[in-house]
Amino acid sequence: MTAALALLVLLPVGSGVLLALAGLRGRAGAVQDAAGPLAVAVSVVVLALAVTVAVGRPALGVPLLPGADATLAVDGLSAVLVVLVGAVTPLVLLFATGDLGAGEARARFYGLMLIFEGAMLVTVTATSLVVLLGAWEVMGATSYALIAFWWREDRRVESGAVAFLTTRSADLGLYVAAGAALAGTGALVVADLPTASGGWLDVAAAGIVLAALGKSAQLPLSFWLSRAMDGPSPVSALLHSATMVAAGGYLLLRVGPLLDATGWAGPTVAWVGALTALVLGAVATAQTDFKQLLAASTAAQIGFVVLAAGVGATTGGTVQLVAHAAVKSALFLAAGAWLTALGTKQLTQLAGAARRFRTVGTAAVVALLALAGVPPLSLWATKDSVLAGALEESLPLYLVGLAGAVLSAAYAARAIAVVLAKESAPSRKRRRQQHLEEEPSGHVPTRGTASVAVLAGVGAILGLQVVPPFRGWYADALGGLAPSAGLLELAASAVLAVAVTLLVLRRGGAVVSGPAAASLAGWLGLERLAMSLVVRPVLRLSEGLAVVDDRVLDRAVVALPGLVRIGAAGLAGSGGESRIDGAVGALARGTAALGRLARRPQTGQLHQYYAQAAAALAVLAVVVIVVK
Amino acid sequence: MTVLSILVFLPLAAALVLLAWPRPPGRTATWIWIWASAVDLALVVGLWLAYGGGPGVTDGFAFEQRASWIPGVGSSYHVGVDGLSLPLAALTAVLFLACGVHALGEDRNRRSYAALFLFLQTVCTGLFVSLDLILFFVFFDLSIVGMYFVIAGWGHTQAARAALKFFLYTFLGSLALLLGFIGLYVGSDPHTFDMVELARTTPLDGRPVFGGLVLLAIGLGLAVKTPTFPFHTWLPPAHTEAPAEGSAILAGVLLKMGTFGFVRIAMPILPEAWRQWAWLIVVVGVVSVLWGALVALAQSSFKRLIAYTSVNHMGYVILALGAAGMLGGDAAARSVAVTGAVTQMVSHGLLTGALFLLTGVMWRRRETYEMSEYGGLAGPAPRFAALLALAAFGSLGLPGFSGFIAEFQIFAGSLGPAPVATVVALVGILVTAGLFLWALQRILLGSREETGFRDLRWHETASIAPLMGLAVVVGLVPAWLLGVIDPAARAVVDLLGS
Repeated sequence: MTAALALLVLLPVGSGVLLALAGLRGRAGAVQDAAGPLAVAVSVVVLALAVTVAVGRPALGVPLLPGADATLAVDGLSAVLVVLVGAVTPLVLLFATGDLGAGEARARFYGLMLIFEGAMLVTVTATSLVVLLGAWEVMGATSYALIAFWWREDRRVESGAVAFLTTRSADLGLYVAAGAALAGTGALVVADLPTASGGWLDVAAAGIVLAALGKSAQLPLSFWLSRAMDGPSPVSALLHSATMVAAGGYLLLRVGPLLDATGWAGPTVAWVGALTALVLGAVATAQTDFKQLLAASTAAQIGFVVLAAGVGATTGGTVQLVAHAAVKSALFLAAGAWLTALGTKQLTQLAGAARRFRTVGTAAVVALLALAGVPPLSLWATKDSVLAGALEESLPLYLVGLAGAVLSAAYAARAIAVVLAKESAPSRKRRRQQHLEEEPSGHVPTRGTASVAVLAGVGAILGLQVVPPFRGWYADALGGLAPSAGLLELAASAVLAVAVTLLVLRRGGAVVSGPAAASLAGWLGLERLAMSLVVRPVLRLSEGLAVVDDRVLDRAVVALPGLVRIGAAGLAGSGGESRIDGAVGALARGTAALGRLARRPQTGQLHQYYAQAAAALAVLAVVVIVVK
Repeated sequence: MTVLSILVFLPLAAALVLLAWPRPPGRTATWIWIWASAVDLALVVGLWLAYGGGPGVTDGFAFEQRASWIPGVGSSYHVGVDGLSLPLAALTAVLFLACGVHALGEDRNRRSYAALFLFLQTVCTGLFVSLDLILFFVFFDLSIVGMYFVIAGWGHTQAARAALKFFLYTFLGSLALLLGFIGLYVGSDPHTFDMVELARTTPLDGRPVFGGLVLLAIGLGLAVKTPTFPFHTWLPPAHTEAPAEGSAILAGVLLKMGTFGFVRIAMPILPEAWRQWAWLIVVVGVVSVLWGALVALAQSSFKRLIAYTSVNHMGYVILALGAAGMLGGDAAARSVAVTGAVTQMVSHGLLTGALFLLTGVMWRRRETYEMSEYGGLAGPAPRFAALLALAAFGSLGLPGFSGFIAEFQIFAGSLGPAPVATVVALVGILVTAGLFLWALQRILLGSREETGFRDLRWHETASIAPLMGLAVVVGLVPAWLLGVIDPAARAVVDLLGS
């Protein structure tokens, strides 16, 4: 069983590294053609291993740092996440085999995807902070490489850097948490964090919360997820719906006892989650690009997971995380399928897309209805499970969350209205003349259709997680029953979701307009804000420091010994220590001679510097002897 | 002669053979270098396997040898290894071998080049195994002489000036170091230059002013060599003008003489002064971290950029060693910081060594390090691109590479004793991430269609890939390395007190 756990992480990472290295040999050839099927096969084996460890619940440890082994273990929460990651990956990779054509660097793509999967699996099974942090950062780096997959295009490469640097800035929190754990508990064990002594408890909690919020694209760092949409669609389907962004939510659920122990961390986290659900929900309603809409929705939906973690509704957060993962993964794949087939992800150009490609269209509409919170589909039930936990804590928190839920109905309905629109002939003609992002292929590959259908189908019914017997499973796995939503709240949210959906559909998908829409469409200018508040000042500072380094520092170092020499000369003079004075003079003369020698080949500064510094040293020697 | 002395002097013997052989044909000289370094590496591996793992520092050195040398002043030829020096001796052997292989592409005066590097290898190895201050100092100064000739003789257009600056600056630093050593000698009773004796007796404890001054002198000398802010300005020109192998050795091995000196000499022999001035050392470390990273960010020359990241990476070492002297923290955490610092020395040697050898590849193709002269190299040179990307990610501290193991321990261990400084220093890894990604984008990625940039030749791959391989091994399974360092790190922290 321990071997299964080891294999679970080593198999995807090892085969991923080999694939990526093999891909260096060029874009054509057997390796590139075999990469996709191979990766799918590996990920299927990983799924089997994931199920095995989810049942067997093994743990393992290997020596890493002195006194801090690298430890992995599968408990109830890990078991859920391991199976989730294991199940989504093969479906996404299967989709990719139909999506990425010959001529693409497929070995690199699948290699990176497998390395990513391995890192995510380590993240959700790590019980030691050093392992957690390691896997956490590898996820970030692979996400950089995957977003920048088409590296010839500067915009995509920059997007990868924005995503990596933003999340890494939050990751620094995990370094701090690790230091606090070592100082406060004497070890690096995640589960020990609540016992950290003194202020280290708060430091550790703050660090973990920061890292988790950054990874989950919560406010105010959400903008990186917008830039992450420049990567291939399968990347978003895996990283930006089911796994990497979910990892932040997972971590917060994992450290529930730590959040409790501080008193302040829980409410903070809950409010950040609720506000992200609200604000990013509003951002999603104003997007004109389908993937951007999905991205904003991801931040908002993970906001519910974060909210759940903040109020201690671990089960609610977990079921929400799982249901959202499947639904959103299906939608990103649908977006990718349409991008390939129609050459666009602009909502205006996707009019009637669901009617042209019926299977993908049906699956996407079902997934969008689930996203809207329409009963009896999954997110209606899971979100209410989260909101029930929020209501127990505070009414305002519940109401903000509920407003976020209403907004999810609005943006999902907006997308439904577009893809189901009946397009008039002139409109279609007009659309064909518009500029497209890619050359349309005109069809969706069968394998891709299958992936979308399975994910949407399963995603839609994951509301079953909150009814018996599955509810009991979760209770066993996560320790304790979740507060279940009351009938009144369930009915209220159902009525709200259906009403908003119908309203938006009647309006043909229009939700917001005017200046508010423009601001929301630009993700509230968060990226520009980060650029002007952080990035540009740092760049200016670095240029300034470089000038100081070149022109000032060098000379200051030269001048300083000169001052010391003058002071020393005074000291030596007043003390009447002529012997010392003579020694200083001799040394200075000697070094000055050396300096003249030095000057001859090149500069006019070095000799001076050398003489002065040597004099300063001589003074130091004198002082040593005197003090002694 | 013990095996350790053979390890030290074997390269010198090979250099003498080369000097006695006026015209070795073709690449024979370089191959002699490679073989001598390979034998040295094999010896180090043997030593590692036979190493018993004593605490070191004050007691329990392995392969110790002591022979009379200058008895009049209490100085002897005293060598031995412990957990602090064995990893660095091994790093030296690895890097010189890698540079030898890389030097197969160097056509200018191969005989002298090989002889000079073999001489440098003896000097570097000798310094790390020295247990006597005078011996240490001799090797310290000879390294400056050797590197001066490497830069001046095989460097680029401004090499003479850069080499002179390097020589004067670091030679001056070595004078300060000598002064400090004399202070230790004068302060000890009976007078001795023996490091082990001095660490056992810590003669300057209880004399804060004298101890502080001696630490100042030693600290200045080592800080110039490391280099830390504000003594680093000799480094960028030296690197920019040095040949690739020279830069790799300068950054990979010679800089470590500074940081190694702190942990081998300053901390064990002057524990009280170290504790007293730990706050200042921490500040110097943090400023070096941020200064190095921020100035690196502004560079347009890739080689200068790497040079400044060395200031940043050595800053982490100084931070950790300073934090180890802050008594507020838990002793276990402080020893984690020291272990991290020594790991960082090894890791920086591997990763920056690889980066500098890769810049050598750029120079041989184009004779420029300006990033604006390149673009889209991932197209024509995928192996070069892959290795450069791996080295850059390793250098920015990505888990899976040695840098992460080192920096994680440094941060985790330093946060307790020096919380504010450590949090500020953490920003360094963010800036480093930014500057390396930006550099990769400018050199490797983008729409520019490069043709005629030839991908790595076999000897270039064979010299760089093993360094990265080792960095990955240390990154994934570091226990074999940390297990050697840890007892010595604990011994150092014990000496500092709790």
